[in-house]
Amino acid sequence: MSDRDIFAGGALPARPGRVPGRVKEKLEIFLRSEAVEDGLVPLAATRAVAGRFSLSLSAVERFVLKIGLFPLRYRRQRGLFGTRGQLRLLRARVGVIGCGGLGGAIFEMLVRAGTGTILAVDFDIFSESNLNRQALCSVEGLGRPKAEVARQRALSLNPAVEVIPLVMPFQEPAARQRLAGCDLVFDGLDSIPARLELAAFCAASDLYLVHGAVAGWCGQTAVIPPGGNRLAEFYPAGKASPDNPEPVNLAPTVNAVAAFQVAAGLRFLLGDQAPDSLSGGAFLDLSGPELETWS
Amino acid sequence: MRVTVKFFAGFREGRFKSREIEFPGPPTVAAILERYAISPDAVGVVLCNGRHVDFSHRLADGETCSIFPKVGGG
Repeated sequence: MSDRDIFAGGALPARPGRVPGRVKEKLEIFLRSEAVEDGLVPLAATRAVAGRFSLSLSAVERFVLKIGLFPLRYRRQRGLFGTRGQLRLLRARVGVIGCGGLGGAIFEMLVRAGTGTILAVDFDIFSESNLNRQALCSVEGLGRPKAEVARQRALSLNPAVEVIPLVMPFQEPAARQRLAGCDLVFDGLDSIPARLELAAFCAASDLYLVHGAVAGWCGQTAVIPPGGNRLAEFYPAGKASPDNPEPVNLAPTVNAVAAFQVAAGLRFLLGDQAPDSLSGGAFLDLSGPELETWS
Repeated sequence: MRVTVKFFAGFREGRFKSREIEFPGPPTVAAILERYAISPDAVGVVLCNGRHVDFSHRLADGETCSIFPKVGGG
């Protein structure tokens, strides 16, 4: 997958993912001169460097971190992530399965945080009944593939993030092959059978899965470690969907559950938390509101 | 023996939020569902003393059982 043209928004031939040794010194001098207070480098400077030296913006941001500076756009997460954490995040590769309600909100948060590579997997197109809650859905985007819209959205939010749109079901061999190389997979699906299939795939592929699901004011979330099939325990009656011909899905619920999923995912990717300590779950009822957690 | 049963979301309608219930012997989760006319198909997560259990789990005296509806949308 090629990097993107950070200025025009279109696809360009692949740009180097690393700053070549011969320009490092020159780049460092320039970036230090452009840094504002506290070693923060503005987007204008990273973009200028990427353009001038034909580098990907991601490579420039990683270089900024390596020389002890910090991209200004991540300033408000510096205190929690630190240089090491932000670098880890920019090198991370995650899958977002489903780019609708949960998946769209998850995607936006991951893009803003500076997650290196995101595989956006969704075979569907946006339709009118998505407008009430799906972060990536707009009137202009109706009828367009969700995964493609996700990529466009990332270009306007954070062009340093590489998005690989896969307009296909995650069950396709091409999608599975790419997902197998991820650090983490997010469940943004909308049906129980599909979730159980995804959980089985993650279990077999040694992947952590961050599960989320919603119905009305309620939602649940859990980190599913690889190897087992803990998700099946949450659906004890099997694959049957709730007996509701007209699903109710609300923006506050999908955003709340997506926020739990992204928080767990980021803590995992930052590596400052033992993965096993994240493998609990939570049930939210926003009508209360109430929150129940389990280990 | 007595166990505490907690229902969540729609399961509270016509039932209760949390109540201590007397049983003649240690009940299974399935027996609690039957007593309160809850279809197993509608049930998602079931917690007993903070840990996820299946329908065959038999509750000990004083244990708390939390029953959540199945959620599957996105």
